[in-house]
Parts: sequence; C-alpha cells; structure tokens
Amino acid sequence: MFLARVIGTVWATRKNEFLQSLKMQFIQPMNANREKVGDPLVAIDTVGAGVGETVMYITAREAVIPLPVEMAPVDASIVGIVEKIDLEE
Amino acid sequence: MILGKVVGTVWATRKDEELVGMSFQIVKHLDLNYKLKDTFVVAVDTVQAGVGDVVLMCTGSSARQTTLTKNKPVDAVIMAVVDKIDIAD
Repeated sequence: MFLARVIGTVWATRKNEFLQSLKMQFIQPMNANREKVGDPLVAIDTVGAGVGETVMYITAREAVIPLPVEMAPVDASIVGIVEKIDLEE
Repeated sequence: MILGKVVGTVWATRKDEELVGMSFQIVKHLDLNYKLKDTFVVAVDTVQAGVGDVVLMCTGSSARQTTLTKNKPVDAVIMAVVDKIDIAD
C-alpha cells in the first residue's frame, strides 16, 4: 500500500462496462513526510475520499479486489482515508 | 490508471491468434496540463477511442480484466475516454 493525496477528479462517460458507477480520482503519490513522489495517477475511490485528503491506495491486479465487481480493468484503488501519520524522527 | 492521448494506430496482420480482432492504438503519456510526454505504449482499445482522444489506460495484469482481453497476451488497455479532469490547485 502507498500514500497519496487526492488532487482531482476525472470525468469519463464512454468507459468500460465494468467501470460504470465507479468514481475515479486523481491522486499524487507522496512519502510518509507528505512530500510529493513521482507522477499523479488515477485510482478508483471505494471509500468516498475528497480532494485534499490523504489516502492509502493499492496497485496492480489487487486493485480489483475491493471493487463491487468480479472483473474490471483497474490497476489502482483507494482503500482508506488517512487521519494521522505517526513517524519516528 | 494513467492519462494518455491516442496519437496513432498500429496494424499487424501476423500476430498471436489470441489478438485477432483487437485494435491497437499508440498512446502517448500526458501530464495534468494535457502536455504530451516523450513516452508511449501500444494499448488495446476497448472503448473505440480515436486519434486525438484523451484516454485512461490500465497497465499490467489488470489490463486482462476486460471481456475483450481476458486471458489474452495484453498488458495495456484503453478503458475510458476522458471528458474532463478537475484538478485542485
């Protein structure tokens, strides 16, 4: 699992049948100090995260597991909203 | 999933028999300002995207999670045509 911040939303009418009704968010990956790491990506939001929130997300084939469908072309899913990160200096 | 723009089509007559009937598009990666990056992939199109369309792509084993590409030798799939992206500043 990785950390990211939700930075935006994607709208797509014409999409794969298994993606109908799933919400897609743009997320910016970040490290435990909340610094940006790498390029933004699009993830399916299964927890109702809003723009600006810190989230946990999973990637690859496992990203389909939390979805309400058996099969979907999804390689990233948001699975939790992060309230707090405790980090030892 | 990542953002891309369809810039061309690939035609291949001699190919794996599992790939017969699929259409292959050249998709260049895009940044959040719709600026083309230098990198690209060849992706199987499942939503009839055309040249010039901004699309979402799914890569890796998740690309096989569509009816068209199930159990096929495919590692990149176009699964949505993007209407709009909203990015918070």
